[in-house]
Amino acid sequence: MTAFTINGQAVNVATEPDTPLLWVIREHLKLTGTKFGCGIAQCGACTVHVDGEPMRSCQTFLEDVAGRKVTTIEGLSPDSSHPLQRAWIAEQVPQCGYCQSGQIMQAAALLAATPNPTREQIVDHMDGNICRCGTYVRIISAIQRAAREG
Amino acid sequence: MTRRRMILGGSLIGGALIVGYTATHPMQVAGAILQGGGSDPGPSAFGPFVRIGSDGWVIVVNKQQEMGQGIHSGIAAMVAEELDADWDRVRVIEARNNFRAYGLQMTAGSNAIASNWDAMRNAGAAARAMFVAAAAHRWNVSSQSIEVRDGVVSHPGSNRSATFADLLEDASRQTPPQSPTLKQPEDYRLIGTDRVHRKDSLAKSTGAVIYTQDIQRPDMLVAMVAHSPRFGGTLARFDASDALKVKDVVDVFAIETGVAVVAKTTFAARRGRDALRIEWNDGEAEMRSTPELIEYYHQIAAGRGDLEPSDFGTKGENPGAPFDGDVVEFAFDFPYLAHAPMETLDCVAQVDGWNVSISSGAHLATLDQVMAAIAARTIPGKVDLEVVPAGGSFGRRGIMSSDYLVECVRIAKRIQGRPIKLIWSREDEMMSGYYRPMSHHRVWVQMGADAFPARWRVHSVCQALTPIGPNFQATEGITNSPYFSTASTVDGKIFSPSFPVVVGFWRSVGASHTAFVMEHIIDQLARRADRDPAAYRRTLYERAGDTRRIGVLDELCHKVDWGSPLQPGWARGLAIAEAFGTVVGQVAEVRLVDGRPIVRRVVAVVDCGIAVAPDQIAAQMEGGIGFGLSAALYGAMTLKDGIVQETNFDSHPVLRMNEMPAVETHIIKSTSRPTGMGEPGVPPIAPAVANAMLALTGSPTKSLPFLSGNALSNSDVSSQS
Repeated sequence: MTAFTINGQAVNVATEPDTPLLWVIREHLKLTGTKFGCGIAQCGACTVHVDGEPMRSCQTFLEDVAGRKVTTIEGLSPDSSHPLQRAWIAEQVPQCGYCQSGQIMQAAALLAATPNPTREQIVDHMDGNICRCGTYVRIISAIQRAAREG
Repeated sequence: MTRRRMILGGSLIGGALIVGYTATHPMQVAGAILQGGGSDPGPSAFGPFVRIGSDGWVIVVNKQQEMGQGIHSGIAAMVAEELDADWDRVRVIEARNNFRAYGLQMTAGSNAIASNWDAMRNAGAAARAMFVAAAAHRWNVSSQSIEVRDGVVSHPGSNRSATFADLLEDASRQTPPQSPTLKQPEDYRLIGTDRVHRKDSLAKSTGAVIYTQDIQRPDMLVAMVAHSPRFGGTLARFDASDALKVKDVVDVFAIETGVAVVAKTTFAARRGRDALRIEWNDGEAEMRSTPELIEYYHQIAAGRGDLEPSDFGTKGENPGAPFDGDVVEFAFDFPYLAHAPMETLDCVAQVDGWNVSISSGAHLATLDQVMAAIAARTIPGKVDLEVVPAGGSFGRRGIMSSDYLVECVRIAKRIQGRPIKLIWSREDEMMSGYYRPMSHHRVWVQMGADAFPARWRVHSVCQALTPIGPNFQATEGITNSPYFSTASTVDGKIFSPSFPVVVGFWRSVGASHTAFVMEHIIDQLARRADRDPAAYRRTLYERAGDTRRIGVLDELCHKVDWGSPLQPGWARGLAIAEAFGTVVGQVAEVRLVDGRPIVRRVVAVVDCGIAVAPDQIAAQMEGGIGFGLSAALYGAMTLKDGIVQETNFDSHPVLRMNEMPAVETHIIKSTSRPTGMGEPGVPPIAPAVANAMLALTGSPTKSLPFLSGNALSNSDVSSQS
């Protein structure tokens, strides 16, 4: 059994400690907002926060999060009103939407540390998250909007 | 939402087909074969595509597949416009696959807006007429004196009004008109405005959308399959003993496409698959490497193979006669391209005897239904296919063999009675083929005395995308080129080699390479004639009478102030291409850093007829440019001894945020029928960048991608003959 906190709730998961956190979240805890994209920490679709830091859950293992606090897209805001989520809608960011949980979690970590990032800081921070639909232009606008409007 | 009562029309038979605007009339025979498949579509007095809840909400049934292109919002806007519904009280639901109710369900060729333009507007207008008739009857006034706006029906003369909800019972008893009156474009209040927003933005910003990958069912098992690493390879033998020892692995067995591992979790399935020991039979497999394939294509184009070409676009007297005088020669090589949608391929299926139930982001749903039936040895009518949103596709889920879906059905058939979720890893997806075919084009142009092309000869080599019929996709974009129209002869030949690497539709299909051929050639010819590339094109368009291209070109030159100076080191490149009836022009601002193109800004102009959802058109332009630029910079699937070398995002780089240019989209005002937008943003970007590089260096581009250590970019095709 591995005990940790997910979205504010204490959980105990009984599976192999080397199971990728991604599959623990998706299949054991049934939170499917966090996505599988590449499995090798190259695309960012599986990004979650571990103690507030953005992590690729496909290359983070259950044993790594014992006693720690994990936040997924479902736990970002109790009423889906995080400034980034509002900005994502205002800028009409998502196309297929599959990468966007990871994009938003990655961006949320940026704004938590740097409330008013420059364009360069945004691009630097977001470069590990792939979007094949090409929503990058709007992601930048949405992060800037969220920073502006809070 | 709580379960709302749907209004049932008393005159409905089978829940559909009562009004003339359904799409099924020419397909009664096919309907008889396919019918029964699909759950009851929820018959509505307002036809198959429009339902209205007792709370007045309008529910539009979208029979097209949503893979990111935002089609649901355009479809809904067409209904809402003619219905004069309150856009903020319109929802969209995805139609299950149901031929009887909805006709063919195929989302391809950027045709979803164009092909639904009449049906959806008529559906909305017919429903509106039913509300108008109901109100006129209730208030005992003439229909002509009734107005409808934002879901409210009113009679200004007597100051009476009622909502859709108020009138629902009465309206549902009206007979839908066969040919309702449609609005004129100048009367549109919703279509063409930025109010046409996506309906899925919130769900896609909260992780709430359920893709195939996210489906959970009681008792569900997860399957992964070990495939042959080579195209055409088959299973010789395998040893599952270690795989079966992996905790939570339930079963391991051979299927037509390899060895399936079925487990309680994805991680267990993956571990089980890793523990398999497999021997493949490569007797029929493709064993060549990419440089050999390129050489093979060059030999074919030079007429040294035994492959018989077929003609395309041929015109004029004796087009095969040798060229003389001022002849310019070109050759291009394009690589295989993978789709790499963010959601890898996946499918959920359950087979119970004759009955098959599938959930998938399937965009050729009607075809997928038939292919699933064949795989399960049942009839299409026994296949229920739930279409769910796809995490991208770019053509990969629109495969005529329905490969991944069929694979899932085969596993489910073996397991019987339990839902199976098939998950492909990224490596499975990238190595699976159905690539944009590699191609080689040799082009000869005999120049006229006026420095414009007088005769064209194009010899193209490209695998065919369809098993029968002419290989027209490989040359679309060349065949209809306006640059041919003023030439006295055109000699087009397409060679279609056949070998085990499987190819498929890739966003923008043939235009993904043919636009590069034509647009990069035309810039080189302009520069050779010492003419401005925009002015040179304009003369050709004028001679061809191509007013749409002229309109796009003029607007583009105006928006970028074509000819004005840029900072030192930067250059503009221009390209214009038509795909699926839509004309797109793009100007890219490019500089070179250590030979690497940096694209900072792209200005795009599009003529897609009436713009239904302008913000979605802009989004597709941005996305098309990102997708096309990604391929132009990096895209290449290469083979070494038959094995694909690019297997995940580490070995197969794709465009990231730091390489994405700013994009500015301008839409030509039009009153013509709308044309597609899902794909046409892709083709111009690569030649626009190449043309800017040509302006910077004077050196043409002979192969794509621009950046790569692979054999393609190093092959100097001009030295071949």
